[in-house]
Amino acid sequence: MEYKLTFNHYQQGLEQGKFLGLKCNACDSVIFPPAAVCRECGSTDLTPTELSGKGAIRTFTVIRVAPEGRKPPYIVAMAELDEGPWALGNLVDMAPEQADMGLLGKRVTLGSHVVKGDTYATDDTHVLTFTLKAP
Amino acid sequence: MRPVAILGAAMTKFGVSEKTNLEMFAEAGLEAIARSRLEPRDMEALFFGNCLGDFEEGQLHMAPFAHAELGLPVSAPATRFESACATATVATRHAALLVGAGVYDVVIAGGTERATKMGTSLATRTFAMASQAQHESAAGITFPGVFAMATHLYAHKYNIPLKDLKRHMAGVAVKNHSHGSMNPKAHFQKKIDIDTVLGGMMVADPLQLFDCCPFSDGAAAVIVADAAKAKDLIKDPVYIAGMGQASCGPLYVQKDLTRVLAREASIAQAYKEAGIGPDDLDVIELHDCFTIAEILALESFGVYGFGKAYDAATKGETTLNGSRVVVNPSGGLKAKGHPIGATGAAQLTEIVEQLRGESGPRQVEGARIGLVDTLGGDLGTVCNIILTNGVN
Ligand SMILES: [Zn+2]
Repeated sequence: MEYKLTFNHYQQGLEQGKFLGLKCNACDSVIFPPAAVCRECGSTDLTPTELSGKGAIRTFTVIRVAPEGRKPPYIVAMAELDEGPWALGNLVDMAPEQADMGLLGKRVTLGSHVVKGDTYATDDTHVLTFTLKAP
Repeated sequence: MRPVAILGAAMTKFGVSEKTNLEMFAEAGLEAIARSRLEPRDMEALFFGNCLGDFEEGQLHMAPFAHAELGLPVSAPATRFESACATATVATRHAALLVGAGVYDVVIAGGTERATKMGTSLATRTFAMASQAQHESAAGITFPGVFAMATHLYAHKYNIPLKDLKRHMAGVAVKNHSHGSMNPKAHFQKKIDIDTVLGGMMVADPLQLFDCCPFSDGAAAVIVADAAKAKDLIKDPVYIAGMGQASCGPLYVQKDLTRVLAREASIAQAYKEAGIGPDDLDVIELHDCFTIAEILALESFGVYGFGKAYDAATKGETTLNGSRVVVNPSGGLKAKGHPIGATGAAQLTEIVEQLRGESGPRQVEGARIGLVDTLGGDLGTVCNIILTNGVN
């Protein structure tokens, strides 16, 4: 069973500003980030697809006590993408002090930024970002 | 499956310890064996929990060393379990499954953790390793952050002003610290009030310091045995009536964090096996790693409807001698402490003592049926064990 869209390919997509996921040919649901199997129906009949990169904030927090190697404060949020999946990332165009419940439901545009690897996770990784203002 | 009993159960004091992981586990393990009126040589296997020994002490493969500390026979295999914070509960469940299946008659299960050795910054990093590495911990999510996001979702979903929700969450902390003040094994044995909680430093908005359980050191162990032999050994064994365990993926798969899907599946298995429902529970030790977590758990159990458990603590429904069901008489993770690899076995120890009437000032009068609930990682694993003292 060959993995259709690897993390490496997904990362290359982010680098080019593309949000690559998979479309399930059995039930039409969209899988993002990519996985081996459709989470809705279990099918492995999946085709790579590009997502719109639009969604809405569902929840957030401001991290003030951070893991080793990170500089707080910063915002972590979850957004529901227009195609259905939820994604976790950093809200980057708002000062942490401004973040409040008013964020929930706000429209966002996806992007990505590079997080440096550390002693334990040695790869630099493109992580999703959310911005409130359209680019 | 043949019926399975828990004989002795024991825990070290939780808190900050100068002892090694192995020393702590030996203390708890030997006490659990002695309380079972058995000898280490009687143990047929060790189901050993530890999460972060590699970071705490540079120690992997701790199980055979724990086996040697306890003086177990070479024929008794020692296996390490790791399910983040649910580690020791998962280890105990697998011990009970193999005893129930007739593979072993008497085994020891439990765990140990020495989290304070790492300091807050490394401990926060290592705990975040239990979030999905590529997509989620890379974004800098932390455990308080996960439950903080669940809190915002909860306030929004059930249309509760965040300020009101936070006051009720503070009530959970006040209750559990009050219970912990009666537990000589607890990390914190001091009562706190609502103002203390609401005045704490912000950890991950909206969770403040006293919404969070501490990093702790400690160990706990239980002896799991064939129920038919249990009565010959001790006068008051406690029986495993039902168990459940379930798994869920990363946060982006779980979506609505107010519904802990793994817990809903796990508790359904446990209720079914025990032939009971939420109204039958007399005492609950649940996973209050954060104040909101206790609220979410009570709703998953069906003790409260969804969106209805947030004010249970402030209404006095879940406190000792309260009006509904006693939740976390030990002080919970919040006050008793949370040495992650040991937590589940300590919850079991509390319920075993409660069902035997050995809990002193924090005894739940007439407790017959108790529930242990342990959550691992960012809601990815839940394990439940329902215990009964067999008294009708
Ligand atoms: Zn599908």
